[in-house]
Amino acid sequence: MNNELIKKIVLPLLVFIAILGVWTGIANVVEDFPTPANTYVSAFGGVNADGDEVEGVLSDPFYIENEDDKGLFWQILESLKRVFGGFALALIFGIPLGLLVGMSKNAQYAFDPFIQIFKPVSPLAWLPLLLFIFRDINVTAISTIFITSIWPIIINTALGVRSVSEDYMNVAKVLRFTPLEKVVQIILPVAVPYIFTGMRLSLGIAWLVIVAAEMLTGGIGIGFWIWDEYNNLAYDNIIIGIILVGLVGFILDLMMGKIADFFDYTKKGRA
Amino acid sequence: MSGFLSLKNIEKRFPTPGEEDYIAVTDVNLEIKKNEIISIIGHSGCGKSTLLNMISGLDRQTEGSIILKEHEVKGPGPDRAVVFQNHSLLPWLSVYENIEMAVKKVMPELDARELRERVEKFVSMVNLEPAKDKLPGEISGGMKQRVGIARALSIKPDVLLMDEPFGALDSLTRANLQEHLMRIQQSVENTVIIITHDIDEAVLLSDRVIMMTNGPEATIGEILEVNLERPRNRVELQHDPEYIRCREAILSFLYEKFAKEDE
Repeated sequence: MNNELIKKIVLPLLVFIAILGVWTGIANVVEDFPTPANTYVSAFGGVNADGDEVEGVLSDPFYIENEDDKGLFWQILESLKRVFGGFALALIFGIPLGLLVGMSKNAQYAFDPFIQIFKPVSPLAWLPLLLFIFRDINVTAISTIFITSIWPIIINTALGVRSVSEDYMNVAKVLRFTPLEKVVQIILPVAVPYIFTGMRLSLGIAWLVIVAAEMLTGGIGIGFWIWDEYNNLAYDNIIIGIILVGLVGFILDLMMGKIADFFDYTKKGRA
Repeated sequence: MSGFLSLKNIEKRFPTPGEEDYIAVTDVNLEIKKNEIISIIGHSGCGKSTLLNMISGLDRQTEGSIILKEHEVKGPGPDRAVVFQNHSLLPWLSVYENIEMAVKKVMPELDARELRERVEKFVSMVNLEPAKDKLPGEISGGMKQRVGIARALSIKPDVLLMDEPFGALDSLTRANLQEHLMRIQQSVENTVIIITHDIDEAVLLSDRVIMMTNGPEATIGEILEVNLERPRNRVELQHDPEYIRCREAILSFLYEKFAKEDE
């Protein structure tokens, strides 16, 4: 085995042990704070500190007791559905708007101030307003994700369009491309890697937003589940929830990265 | 009676805020015959690229008119194909696809087989069959420029415009490309306008060399006829009295009559 590989395995392990140490320390100081061992039992089942045999929340993530009591798989699935709903809407509106802002100076002047103002607004600020408008948990969650994740898509798409070299446009002019041909044959291929960067950022934001949104809207979903566990005083489950949210977010980002590479012409061949 | 391509009283001014307009090129009159190869040579800043851009239609002259086959040039079009200095190949398309894209757009009437045959004909004209499925990023600068030439010729232009086509290449590659261009010109006759700052290139390739005075207000200083038989052989030409005469005429124009200090 080569040296690099050993480092890549051993070094994170050391950090992991350090984290467990700090965690145990906190558990000793803060009353009722779950220890790593307790959390492990709560996750995968076994005998807990009180000597009781318990079933872990991850032992059967697929169970359905009733509409209000489902396994973690279903909670996460519900959250993912909302995330992809809002994300898809953000793409549908964000990419054409980004193309417009990137191609037309006038559109840039018109929209840019509002993009800059709305971009930094926290999803939690939108949530009450949207809840008031829609009075529906699902629609509110999806529209909150839409409105907070659309900005990176618009901004990056516009940036991609503006980075199209004048030389390519000259080729298009000599060949007398129609505006549509310019978009499809010249602008999109250049802008696609930028658009995917925007999508990756956007999906990351969407996954951040969903947990917060579900805590406030309730119902079902990983965010609500974590909040529910807080109300049940099941602090160990909160930690499990945090780790799960992190893992799912990591996997989403990895997937977007792979898809982005697939569509990026600079990553094909040795270009 | 006007020629195949005529430039009449061309002037290009650039507005400069608070001052008088900057006159880059003025009073350019030129008649170009069909299948003639013309070089435009001059120091940098003499407006030779501006002139070419006006013929291609990518830039618009302030005064005067450009007439190609009795029609005034009013913008870019495939009848005036351009070979850009930096080749301008689309990096996400292969060699084949770059040419195919142009042919498909300019000759939509071709069916699939005719399209393929035409693209392959031009790929092989520049000897690029082995590289036809490669992306521009995977081939050398000289090969890229050959694709650029093939792409420009594939759309059957009336005029081939080349803006310092070999300027970015090393001298061996440049010589190789000049040979390619001369060989292609022997088989498919074309009207060609080449912008260059290389004296040997101008004499070797052209029927006439247009020498530009220095800017601002650059114009045509002298026109030199190159009376050399084709095909031309660069090695034999070195001792040809006509070749030497042409070279000296250009040298004297560029370095005696219109020498530029800061070059």
